[in-house]
Amino acid sequence: MSELKLELKEKIIEQLNLEDIAIEEIADTDPLFGEGLGLDSIDALELIVMLDKDYGIKLADPKQGRTIFESIDSMAAYIEENRSR
Amino acid sequence: MNNDYHIERYCHIRNNDISLDGISLYSEKHDSFKDFAKATYKHLEINHSKFFKMDNLSKLAFLAADVLLKEETEKNVGLVLSNKAASLDTDRKHQESIKDYPSPAVFVYTLPNICLGEISIRHQLFSENSFFVFDSFNAESLYTYANSLLDEQKSEKVLCGWVNFDDGKYDAFLYVVAKKGTFVHSEAEINRLY
Repeated sequence: MSELKLELKEKIIEQLNLEDIAIEEIADTDPLFGEGLGLDSIDALELIVMLDKDYGIKLADPKQGRTIFESIDSMAAYIEENRSR
Repeated sequence: MNNDYHIERYCHIRNNDISLDGISLYSEKHDSFKDFAKATYKHLEINHSKFFKMDNLSKLAFLAADVLLKEETEKNVGLVLSNKAASLDTDRKHQESIKDYPSPAVFVYTLPNICLGEISIRHQLFSENSFFVFDSFNAESLYTYANSLLDEQKSEKVLCGWVNFDDGKYDAFLYVVAKKGTFVHSEAEINRLY
């Protein structure tokens, strides 16, 4: 699980172009949106694409993203439970 | 038409160099515009984390506008930008991405006028804005449109110019037209400064 969390942090920084943020600065429980990393709605769409592309998870309802993308912890838990690749 | 307007200041970005009124602010060779833009952002000590999410065209326009508007207090600054390649650089990336998984972050930049939005967000402008696509730098149209915005009191100042990015090559020339300024606002002077 901790490997997956590290992988997610790397992917988020790279794919969302968070060039001024280092992996160590993202705590597993930090909120990804709002006051945390400050991600926006386009970033949320990128994360939905990432779930599909990298883990074979298709979100039927984009509203699910609100809870899945709360933090690295919640993302990792959802991926572990639902991944097909 | 009132011909009594002036160009306050102008900015060029080309060949790994960014300058204000002809004086270089930062110049250093980089292998790509992405690297040059990042180095310029750091050198100018800009603090706007969304910068790194922008496409090349928006980064180019954003940096030139930031140099010109950094200390601007007037908020009714119209934006009139132009280029030849529209958003072709990003359009190609989008075309490439849709073969596999389309990227929403790339897709949102597949219009050239998005860079006007980035400038407006940065400087909190709620002003008139237009983006034109010309075959080449067109001083006559920029001159006429800026005069019109000022004559009709749609804008107090106008940020005008050319911001082109295609195939790794970039060229930006932006200038601010106002009632007072260093240079006469005329078609000939715009061409000379370009």
